[in-house]
Amino acid sequence: MKRSHPTTATPFRRALCTALVTPLAVLTAAGAARAQDAPAIDSGDTAWILVSTALVIMMTAPGLALFYGGLVRRTNVLSVLMHCIMSMAAISIVWVVIGYTLAFGPGNAFIGDLSMLGLAGVGVEPGEGETIPPLLFMMFQGTFAIITPALIVGAFAERMKFSAFLIFTVLWSVLIYSPLCHWVWGGGWLGDDGALDFAGGTVVHISSGVSALAAALLIGKRIGYGHEPLPPHNLPFTVAGAAILWVGWFGFNAGSALGANGSAAIAFVTTNTAAAAATLGWVSVEWATRGKPTVLGAASGAVAGLVAITPAAGFVSPMSAIAIGLGGGILCFFGIRIKEAIGADDALDVVGIHGVGGTWGALATGIFADAAIGGTDGLLYGNPGQLWIQTEGVLATMLFCFVGAIILLKFTDVLVGLRVTDEDEMQGLDLSEHSERAYGSID
Amino acid sequence: MKKVEAIIKPFKLDEVKESLSSVGSSGLTVTEVKGFGRQKGHTELYRGAEYVVDFLPKVKLEVIVSDDNVAQVVETIEKAAKTGRIGDGKIFVLPIDEVVRIRTGERGDEAI
Repeated sequence: MKRSHPTTATPFRRALCTALVTPLAVLTAAGAARAQDAPAIDSGDTAWILVSTALVIMMTAPGLALFYGGLVRRTNVLSVLMHCIMSMAAISIVWVVIGYTLAFGPGNAFIGDLSMLGLAGVGVEPGEGETIPPLLFMMFQGTFAIITPALIVGAFAERMKFSAFLIFTVLWSVLIYSPLCHWVWGGGWLGDDGALDFAGGTVVHISSGVSALAAALLIGKRIGYGHEPLPPHNLPFTVAGAAILWVGWFGFNAGSALGANGSAAIAFVTTNTAAAAATLGWVSVEWATRGKPTVLGAASGAVAGLVAITPAAGFVSPMSAIAIGLGGGILCFFGIRIKEAIGADDALDVVGIHGVGGTWGALATGIFADAAIGGTDGLLYGNPGQLWIQTEGVLATMLFCFVGAIILLKFTDVLVGLRVTDEDEMQGLDLSEHSERAYGSID
Repeated sequence: MKKVEAIIKPFKLDEVKESLSSVGSSGLTVTEVKGFGRQKGHTELYRGAEYVVDFLPKVKLEVIVSDDNVAQVVETIEKAAKTGRIGDGKIFVLPIDEVVRIRTGERGDEAI
């Protein structure tokens, strides 16, 4: 999803398009030819990115909001919905004011500069090699900035103060998300090193997963964790949320082609294929080891597969997507046990799904990437070096986000305190933090 | 007058209600309740974590009957709610001092 993503179809892509959808191939070729003359808006590309941007917004709310909302107890569902909707509101403002320029301003290898502060100079005329308005690119990127901190919410659900959540989320977005996004997509050192991340395996999923681990460790376990059941209160919410995420992910991944082109088609197919394979993978392992196939397992597996394919979506074949999805579903099924081993109450399994799935996806990209499809060749196509570059990207992201999140959480703790009182926690955050109740008082 | 109170399996509610209608019982109050007796709880599985749930969902129904009808109503509920397996529930019979139909002010058996 780099700013200057080439929109010219590769020979392979063009052949594929001709075989499958000739009219589209003609349009794409025509669009590419125009782009070579002078930068101009391509209406097809622009239309698809407008739609994709809306799809990714939908992932945070209602997608993630319902997915997480169903997993908490009935006395905390509103607090989780509030976290998601407020991430949307707060980061929308942060992004247009300062986040975008820190991520995509020229700057240096580590962070952008302030040249586009308040979107200065971000207009509608495309630059060299671009076919969509820069303003639209900014908004598409903004939707990624919104969902990433919202993913972390699952780790500290049911016990964090709302004020602490808000401060941490804003600081995290400015001081961790924007620089990391710059490293990978904004002209920073990881992108320059050749690290492949089609739609955010490192930027979105490893970053949120590792920060979630830091948050779960620092804020401590929920009262009752480990010795009384803290079961999900509404699995239909969770399944509906997962289904919305699945659909929204087409905007996330296929939109990251930044055009209505062959790369988008490939990302669309690999995304759906990996989600399906991961659903089957998770449910099969669960059935075999725990005796029952569960609907929460199916929903979790789907999300795990979507996470895993994210960095690879435009770089791998549909057959590789089956392998990546299956791997994601199975690894994440075991990944959610990590929290027991290290004693962190990652309430909604952000580490197990986004951390583990994102890491697997980033490494799998270095294994399965095929230059004939997009990007660079990976291990299986004779380029083992790519796997090393991917590993470097994973480790650097983990280190930066973990240490960064710890510092920001400590700072927030000093400022307002991270955790509500025991009494408030037992009453539930809906009443104690928001003076509202989702359901009737008797039940 | 007596109150017949029965704790039954939720899926038996319709059958019990229809049987009671067919013997001429004219009213019924139901409540969703939870509890346990000899039937222990069950296991639930969420993302690989097993929870033992002690309190099982049951339905409590209450019928007010005149002394003459107690035996028939109890027998009807007993038959309709029975599966023969553990957890079928219990029936209690309690004395009632007075019944008032609010709309008309009728008292006693008249008000049932």
